[in-house]
Amino acid sequence: MNALDFSIIAQSWPYLWSGLLFSLSLTAAAFAIGMVLGTCLALVQHFELPGLAQVVRAYVALIRSIPLILVLFWFFFLVPIVLGHLSGSGRPIPISATYTAFITFGLFEAAYYSEIIRVGLRAVNKGQFEACQALALSTYYTYRQIVLPQVFRVASPIILSQTIILFQDTSLVYVLSLTDLLGAASKLAQLNGRLVEMYLFVAVVYLVISSAGSQCVASLRKRYSLASR
Amino acid sequence: MPHENASNAGQSAAIIVVENMVKRFGSFTALNNINLEVGRGEKIVLCGPSGSGKSTLIRCINHIEKHDGGRIVVDGVELTNRVADINGVRCEVGMVFQNFNLFPHLTVAENCMLAPMKVRGISHSEARDRALGLLNKVRIQDQADKYPAQLSGGQQQRVAIARALCMQPKIMLFDEPTSALDPEMVKEVLETMVDLAREGMTMVCVTHEMGFARQVADRVIFMDRGSIVEEAAPEPFFRAPRTERARSFLNQIIH
Repeated sequence: MNALDFSIIAQSWPYLWSGLLFSLSLTAAAFAIGMVLGTCLALVQHFELPGLAQVVRAYVALIRSIPLILVLFWFFFLVPIVLGHLSGSGRPIPISATYTAFITFGLFEAAYYSEIIRVGLRAVNKGQFEACQALALSTYYTYRQIVLPQVFRVASPIILSQTIILFQDTSLVYVLSLTDLLGAASKLAQLNGRLVEMYLFVAVVYLVISSAGSQCVASLRKRYSLASR
Repeated sequence: MPHENASNAGQSAAIIVVENMVKRFGSFTALNNINLEVGRGEKIVLCGPSGSGKSTLIRCINHIEKHDGGRIVVDGVELTNRVADINGVRCEVGMVFQNFNLFPHLTVAENCMLAPMKVRGISHSEARDRALGLLNKVRIQDQADKYPAQLSGGQQQRVAIARALCMQPKIMLFDEPTSALDPEMVKEVLETMVDLAREGMTMVCVTHEMGFARQVADRVIFMDRGSIVEEAAPEPFFRAPRTERARSFLNQIIH
């Protein structure tokens, strides 16, 4: 059996680094899109906006019941055709794989974040709303200043856990022929025959980043324990 | 049942007028045909057994509960479904809750500053000055930059009073402000309320603190099963309640 040789990692570092950067930027973008959109979806359901609330509920149920990899496929193959029909030309309008990944992950995560936030909205004490009413605060300020900040604080551990799962799921972009950290590593591994070293290294990178995230959760929980009861 | 107006003869002086007001929760009638006038600067203590509707009554005065019949006029504005009217009334009516309902993620000073800035539109520095002034008045100015959870219950309730006062209301409603407090903290909150009463604030207090009622109330209103049963000045009420229901209630709370 060959001795392990980790020099391959140093040699191919730029390629691995670009893969890691893609994973991280996809995670960040999906987090940003998912949180903004997810908050809106949660509020639509929370306020029971007629018609819209049902549509949102169906969307969230649909997204949460199918695998992400299927959503990626659909988006990549179907949306260009739909766009083509909408534009009237009839010819598919291709969307780049990178955009597909960013948009799909954002839309997918929005469904999950919205469920977390929706539950958090229900958990806010009724007395908080009454205090806002008694102070004549408008609905906008009630949610912007009082309710949502408390929801984000209470839900931040779950939101971060979901984001760690999101980071690990970015490896699915291989189906769009995009190269993330795992994709880069597996290509190099095939090329050089250093499978064990490569996959060990990648596992360590995922472990380090994910547990750093978990540490963040723990310290957030500590910091906010003071400012919440 | 005829109501006796113990101290409020002039109708034009009334800042709160409640006429034939009805409040239902589903098929249950929580308040039945309530008539009440509160004069400017008057101090009212509402008491009665639990479930008698006294909290519901004051919650209708700032429209946290919506009444189902009759009229409520506060400072000349009738409470209907018009949002502008409701918010206008709420600006003039401060409320203190049994469970404080402070905003846990904001500091004590921020709790006091938020509504004056967002609703009254005053500047940050003016809001901070006002908040510190009122926190000083309730004797907790040194806690201004702490979070509510770091304070005792009595301190939290005094913050809640300061927060309501920062809106510079004309009327203060107190919904069992000392019921959730440990016995040793009741006094500091009551003292704050007595100070406020001395300054001439119009106050409607739901409380079972009979010492407080004797000290500051112009009128005690006794409620039972959604109706006003008896209205009197505190001394006659405590010494010789006219109704049997008030008598048995007083026997229960005084032991």
